[in-house]
Amino acid sequence: MSHTPFACTSPSDEKAMLDAVDADSFDDLFSAIPPELQADSFDVPPGLSEMEMMQHIRKLARKNSSDLTNFCGAGFYDHFIPAAVNSITSRGEFFTAYTPYQPEAAQGTLQAAYEYQTAIARLTGMEVSNASLYDGGTALFEGMMMALRITKRNRVLVDEGVSPIYRTMLQSYTKNLNIEYVEVPISSEGVADRAAFKAALTDEVGAVLIQNPNFFGCIDDLTDLIEEVHAVKAISVLSAYPVSLGLIKTPGEMGADIVTGEGQSLGLPLSFGGPYLGFMATRKKLVRNMPGRIVGATQDKQGRRGFVLTLQAREQHIRREKAASNICTNVQLCALRAVVYLSLLGKQGFVDVARQCMDRAGYAWTRLKAIEGVEPLFDRPFFNEFALKLPKDASEVVSDLIEEGIAAGFPAGRYYDGMENVLLFAFTEKRTKKEIDILAAKLEAVL
Amino acid sequence: MKLIYELSSKGRGGVRIPEDRISVGEIIPSELLRGDLAELPEVSESEVVRHYTRLSRLNYSVDTEFYPLGSCTMKHNPRACEAAASMPELCETHPLWPQLRHGGLLTQGSLQILYNTERLLSEITGLAEFTLQPLAGSHGELTAIMMMAAYHRDRGNKKTHIIIPDSAHGTNPASAALGGYGVVTVESDEDGVMDLEKFKEALNDETAGVMLTSPNTLGVFNPKIKEITEATHAVDGLMYYDGANFNAIMGRIKPGDLGFDLCHLNLHKSFSTPHGGGGPGSGPVGVCEKLRSYLPISRVAKTKDGLYTLDYEHPKSIGYIAPFYGNFSILVRAYAYMLMLGKDGLRGTSNRAVLNANYLLEKLRGSFAAASDGRCVHECVFSGKTLGEGVHTLDLAKALLDRGVHAPTVYFPLNVPEAIMIEPTETETKETLDEFVDMMNEIAELSKTDPEVLKAAPVTTPVGRLDEVAAAKNMDLVYVQPAVAE
Repeated sequence: MSHTPFACTSPSDEKAMLDAVDADSFDDLFSAIPPELQADSFDVPPGLSEMEMMQHIRKLARKNSSDLTNFCGAGFYDHFIPAAVNSITSRGEFFTAYTPYQPEAAQGTLQAAYEYQTAIARLTGMEVSNASLYDGGTALFEGMMMALRITKRNRVLVDEGVSPIYRTMLQSYTKNLNIEYVEVPISSEGVADRAAFKAALTDEVGAVLIQNPNFFGCIDDLTDLIEEVHAVKAISVLSAYPVSLGLIKTPGEMGADIVTGEGQSLGLPLSFGGPYLGFMATRKKLVRNMPGRIVGATQDKQGRRGFVLTLQAREQHIRREKAASNICTNVQLCALRAVVYLSLLGKQGFVDVARQCMDRAGYAWTRLKAIEGVEPLFDRPFFNEFALKLPKDASEVVSDLIEEGIAAGFPAGRYYDGMENVLLFAFTEKRTKKEIDILAAKLEAVL
Repeated sequence: MKLIYELSSKGRGGVRIPEDRISVGEIIPSELLRGDLAELPEVSESEVVRHYTRLSRLNYSVDTEFYPLGSCTMKHNPRACEAAASMPELCETHPLWPQLRHGGLLTQGSLQILYNTERLLSEITGLAEFTLQPLAGSHGELTAIMMMAAYHRDRGNKKTHIIIPDSAHGTNPASAALGGYGVVTVESDEDGVMDLEKFKEALNDETAGVMLTSPNTLGVFNPKIKEITEATHAVDGLMYYDGANFNAIMGRIKPGDLGFDLCHLNLHKSFSTPHGGGGPGSGPVGVCEKLRSYLPISRVAKTKDGLYTLDYEHPKSIGYIAPFYGNFSILVRAYAYMLMLGKDGLRGTSNRAVLNANYLLEKLRGSFAAASDGRCVHECVFSGKTLGEGVHTLDLAKALLDRGVHAPTVYFPLNVPEAIMIEPTETETKETLDEFVDMMNEIAELSKTDPEVLKAAPVTTPVGRLDEVAAAKNMDLVYVQPAVAE
């Protein structure tokens, strides 16, 4: 019996246990499975020691570039993460536990989820939140499905300012469902086109999906549009960037019904695309239609406060094919990161981060649009990201600047026809005046 | 324990943020600003660290307790996998970099990890190609159903339903419904596997596919699996393998060899990535040759000159199902784990997972009714109906908490009354299993001699049994600051 990493039984234990179950060998344990169904060849290399594995992965990791100055955002941002976030979330009591099926043995996880729900509700200006979903894109899809369940309608209007990454996901998901998916082009000012929405808003529309700030970084007050949505008894779903909510008018203040978004910016590393954090908040009266885990406060017999998974009658393990969603879990460890991050920064610190992002973007806006041949795509208020029209192909510019150690931004032409020259620049509190000056100088040089 | 919000004190703060300003003038007009600041806690770093450290100590976890939660594969999470995934070059990479022109060169290491992980999973399952994009097991199920739908649409097949046995996880029917299909449920026979005759009655030309968990939720491997896959293929249906129980058969059985066309794996189960208190998970999906062209985009490809790139040119693809390439840092952990197990370790792991489960099955047979005769695989299921009068499986679960063990999965699968589903995994010692057997026997005995003691359990946990009815009725889902008295 050769050593198997991480297994805990010794050869003599194994012999005693095989005897106890009346088996001659490990193979004998599987004798109910016809031998012809058992594979004998696996082209998998022999196991590595921990040291060899780490050397191998370190070698691969070093093939990644690690000293790039990043201005690429497009919904996923390079924010500073305080050290205590990693320190707390790497506690085994958190990361080696599972979904709190036994609440008495999971009060740590459950209370943290309740605190997270509270933070999301307060950030978005909404009444309730769930305990998180996979990512901002799947959260938006779930928000759309929730709106259609509530309205019992099947037409969706999607503003083209919603991230094209999310819109391609929505298109994949709606293909097999009886859903009429309609995109509404943005206005010439770079925001949701009021006239186009007004024309499209009929009583067949169940859900209206908008993003603020939108993909181009433009911010807007959507109160009037949401009123129009309500006038036809449809449901508004707003996708939000949580750091912006430190400063800008909240979806709650605008009257939104459902708010979703990507929580990566709240203490999660970019990690090449995941794991991320989908959040969702809504009005209390709609909560029974909300998908995902929800934690509620209650008491035990002695009157002690405790927390449990609640409103489970919505969920797949009870409702099966009639469930509100097929989702089985949240992303608890990511939600924990977010609530720890928000607690560490606190009420004022979170605003300071938001202000710093806006400040960097404001400076860059003045610097970059002053370059000859460069002009704003839209002249709208922005938070930390904006789009500029360059005098040449934006992908080429990006490629040139990568050589200089700069990821200059995201070329909008990848997703929007006719925008080949448009580059989207993002700024966080991590970017300095010097870095922005270098970006401006290098950009000017390659144009 | 107090909430972090209840520790808040005006003017306190945690992490300091630089305050230098480099822009001039107002950037956002006041009518676009929020009215009041978000009421986040005002606490110092030390309070945050102490609060969450204390909270963590209220949890049972694999690190601190035996956690035999059936169907969840709560095995030890090797710390080397954590260390590998936290290398800065892997954590700090923006997912859009490889989509920039020449940007692929910035992320060759990450792309190669994805490529290698896909190849290993393909080999282990006997399937042609994998997508690593699904963000959890149920997301993998949905992705697979979407590929089934694309296949049938492409072939001009009129398919209306998916067949699922009654012992399946609830996510199976829920995912099938999201893929636009009806669900036909087939009962299990007395051996605990899908009833073959009833299956054949349900199968017809409109069957899009069959979703099977193998071994199933009773821990039984269906020896007639080939008959099922052949009958399904005869009506151009597709066989879907739910890999929830893959820890039983790693390195021994390839779902592809059994005739399965699609398969998802839960990396947070068999491949030892952390459960995180409930996510993030990862649910890669493998497909057979004829379904390759329907895989989500992007796909990771290797060029002739040995570079790794993202490939979007697949017109039949179901499209994007996730924003990027999956839960990358979870995938790194699984890759590290597979590298350390190697070929022998894969089989060795499943061998020991199955031995531990059979050992518990044998030792507990005397005091509890096993749900099926004969051996089990990686988990064993009992019924709590032999407990003393008026004592339920729930009471047993709570009594185990008092004995310093996390409860098994209870009341699942649904086709076993008072079900108790125990999955020890390979990362437990014989001593731990023996202690658990003693506890279970003691509780079985108490259920007859002193049932009230069990009904009062748990008494050692931070709270006792919580009023779930009141929770659903009161819907206290966010903290509301009590009004301060003037």
